[in-house]
Amino acid sequence: MSVAEETQARPRGGIATSVFPSQNYLTSETTVKSWLLTTDHKRIGILYMISITFFFFIGGAAATIMRMELATPRGDLLRSDLYNRMFTLHGVVMVFFFMVPSIPAVLGNFLLPMQIGARDLAFPRINLLSWYIYMVGGLFTLAAILWGGVDTGWTFYTPYSSMYSNSNVLLAATGVFVVGFSSILTGLNFIVTVHKMRAPGMTWFRMPLFVWAQYATSIIMILGTPVLAITIVLLALERVMRVGIFDPALGGDPILFQHLFWFYSHPAVYIMIIPGFGVINEIIPCFSRRKIFGYRFMAVAMMAIAILGFLVWGHHMFVSGQSMYAGIVFSIISFMIGIPTAIKVFNWTTTLYKGSISADTPMLYALGYIGLFLIGGLTGLVLATLAVDVHLHDTYFVVAHFHYIMVGGTVMAYLGGVHFWWPKITGRMYPELFGKLSALLVFVGFNLTFFPQFVLGYLGMPRRYHEYPAEFGTLNVLSSAGASILALGYVLPLVYLLLSLKFGKIAGPNPWGATGLEWQTPSPPTKHNFEETPIVTEDPYEYEIQEGPSV
Amino acid sequence: MWDIPLFPEQASTIAGRVDNVFFVLMAITVFFTVLIGGLVVFFAIRYRKGSTADRSHAFSTNLKLEAAWIGIPLVIVLGIFAMGTQVFVEMFIPPKDATPIYVVGKQWMWKVQHPQGRSEINEIHLPLGRPVRLIMTSQDVIHSFYIPAFRMKQDVLPGRLTSEWFQPSKVGRYHLFCAEYCGTEHSKMGGWATVMEPSAFQKWLKGAPDGAGGGSSDASPSMATTGARLFEKYHCTGCHGVNSEFKAPKLDGVYGGQVPIMAANGKDVEFVTADDRYIRDSILLPKSQVVAGYEPVMPPYKDVLKEEELLQIMEYIKSIGRKEGVR
Repeated sequence: MSVAEETQARPRGGIATSVFPSQNYLTSETTVKSWLLTTDHKRIGILYMISITFFFFIGGAAATIMRMELATPRGDLLRSDLYNRMFTLHGVVMVFFFMVPSIPAVLGNFLLPMQIGARDLAFPRINLLSWYIYMVGGLFTLAAILWGGVDTGWTFYTPYSSMYSNSNVLLAATGVFVVGFSSILTGLNFIVTVHKMRAPGMTWFRMPLFVWAQYATSIIMILGTPVLAITIVLLALERVMRVGIFDPALGGDPILFQHLFWFYSHPAVYIMIIPGFGVINEIIPCFSRRKIFGYRFMAVAMMAIAILGFLVWGHHMFVSGQSMYAGIVFSIISFMIGIPTAIKVFNWTTTLYKGSISADTPMLYALGYIGLFLIGGLTGLVLATLAVDVHLHDTYFVVAHFHYIMVGGTVMAYLGGVHFWWPKITGRMYPELFGKLSALLVFVGFNLTFFPQFVLGYLGMPRRYHEYPAEFGTLNVLSSAGASILALGYVLPLVYLLLSLKFGKIAGPNPWGATGLEWQTPSPPTKHNFEETPIVTEDPYEYEIQEGPSV
Repeated sequence: MWDIPLFPEQASTIAGRVDNVFFVLMAITVFFTVLIGGLVVFFAIRYRKGSTADRSHAFSTNLKLEAAWIGIPLVIVLGIFAMGTQVFVEMFIPPKDATPIYVVGKQWMWKVQHPQGRSEINEIHLPLGRPVRLIMTSQDVIHSFYIPAFRMKQDVLPGRLTSEWFQPSKVGRYHLFCAEYCGTEHSKMGGWATVMEPSAFQKWLKGAPDGAGGGSSDASPSMATTGARLFEKYHCTGCHGVNSEFKAPKLDGVYGGQVPIMAANGKDVEFVTADDRYIRDSILLPKSQVVAGYEPVMPPYKDVLKEEELLQIMEYIKSIGRKEGVR
């Protein structure tokens, strides 16, 4: 008997019954205008969910085309210019329009106020504004694509981007510039909300770790994103007005761009990872029926990663012409960031010890996450090692490494989170069998796609190659074959989750028997979340430890 | 179909050392992946819901355990850091007797010129067992000179010299790639590094074919000779020449020594080493470092000289410089 079935009969919290509430945030108003002008954090979360799903499949389509091209060594499907536009499109869309907003703007928006017992975020209208800004940024980027694309790579390295590329650099960069402000506003909103709107009794160390994760992420968003905006402005100044900033022909320094770019973009890696930690921190205790191991260490580790993340950007530049001593300093700080990351993995594993584990879909995603994130993290140590990075920098080893972190890590966490909170968001259950199948397909397809790329990287295959020597062919075929399984694993949830909106079983307020204030509201929640402000009297994750066998 | 390569050839003296560090890292990676992965699977089965496993004395905080998994990884990463850094420093600092070879990257080809005069495109011929130092620059965007079999890579920047060194340790032909994305034909910007026996290499330098399709050509004058011609062509001799009327520093014996230059405040004198970078900067932007006692009258040669010509003039100035090696 799954957790879902068992707890159906005895909902936790006792506020609502297991019938579909007639008045909830979805049904209170139904006009298009009520959605487009909503200030309800839950509805804005849904708007974000729809938008980022759209961009995810655009970025995914570009990846599919790339893997088809790379199935053969010769460049026979696309011209090289088009291939270069494809990987740029994939990177720009996936990083700025899917990964960065994914967990914070969808699940964070939906859950953060509920998890701290608030009726909404601190600035509901700014929250809506952030979605509109995101959409405007998205339109610029889509325009850049339709106008003929961009070919600089998502990193926009100068002087190629500022002086040499003949593609729509300005339009795409404007999209990235604009969408940054939606991150800043979301981060600002979360920080103020966490500081000012916690329910009585919700002390800092009673907050769910998901909230800690959003808080840590928000700090990076508001400190890092403005630097990206400044960098893009400088790039535009050089491209349009020929102001010599980055191009040596005009008196500039191309390495300066890399410093500025990675000063944002390395912390941005943690904008993408830390929210995933938050999701996994919620799922594992729930399906182990155990309090999370080392709660305070987990919270502090995320804050430490957020802060240390600002001090390691130079590890992207070991062979850029940066000095040897700078390389050494950035190497050791990069190793240090491995410590809080290791704490998290060890603590998740220990949480399983003596738990009572059920393998529902969210838990399968979470366990898969641990495995993939572990490999991603350990190969990060390989790349932080100076001598080895000289060989591996800009090869497929790096591509494999960051996909293990971003896709194996964050996308797994996002999908796990979507499956975990789907009953709360929609009030409906999805078919469990299909859920498990999708988790399995994603895990297997992912490993098939990206594991061969570690080998390709050590063999020396550079990234962003439209053609490659024939001896790399077999490993690339494996990778492309895996990608087709992975694609199936991503399309499947889109289908059954949408179908569940109409045909899914009624979920009830707390199908997983989870702790956390969000589960004490009806599913879907009412417009203002709580009938009356909850008063918090216990620590998070107070699952009852199961002694001996259950009946 | 099934002869999948799984490991690259080791063709430089540093390759084996990089691989050794990599093997240690792989051992650590496999150990922790198996340990954590194994524990996750083991716990998920043993403590599955409804199992009869003993669950008494479960705990959710334990300072000793937390200290252990701060302490153990800390020791491990410090060890890896030390290993990787030691080899990295060796990769960074070339031996003083390394043979220079000049490389210019441009969209989308590598131009290689040997000081003895022979030049090649998308090929680099190297002597076995001799340290070689590449002195590299780019004519347009950033490129990266990468020979996987040597485990060496260095970005090649416009407006600046970068260098990388290696000592080939095995005769053969190895892939040469551009590793930094540089535009449309990035994936075609590469070719072959051919390592030859030193005697064969000497013959090749004089114009002999390499026996691997590298082609033959007439012996061309050395870079220094070409540089000397350019030195006249661009009227450098008018001031720097032995009998010139204008007062400009003579360049004999300059390279490799200490040069007194006016400090930025215009009063003090400071000494800089006349290395590659100094020579290059002094030609392109002479006013940035004026030799003490001279007027800043030399015009900048930025936008006048091509990168290859600049390297040839530099090689000429080096040839009349001090004889002991400098970096």
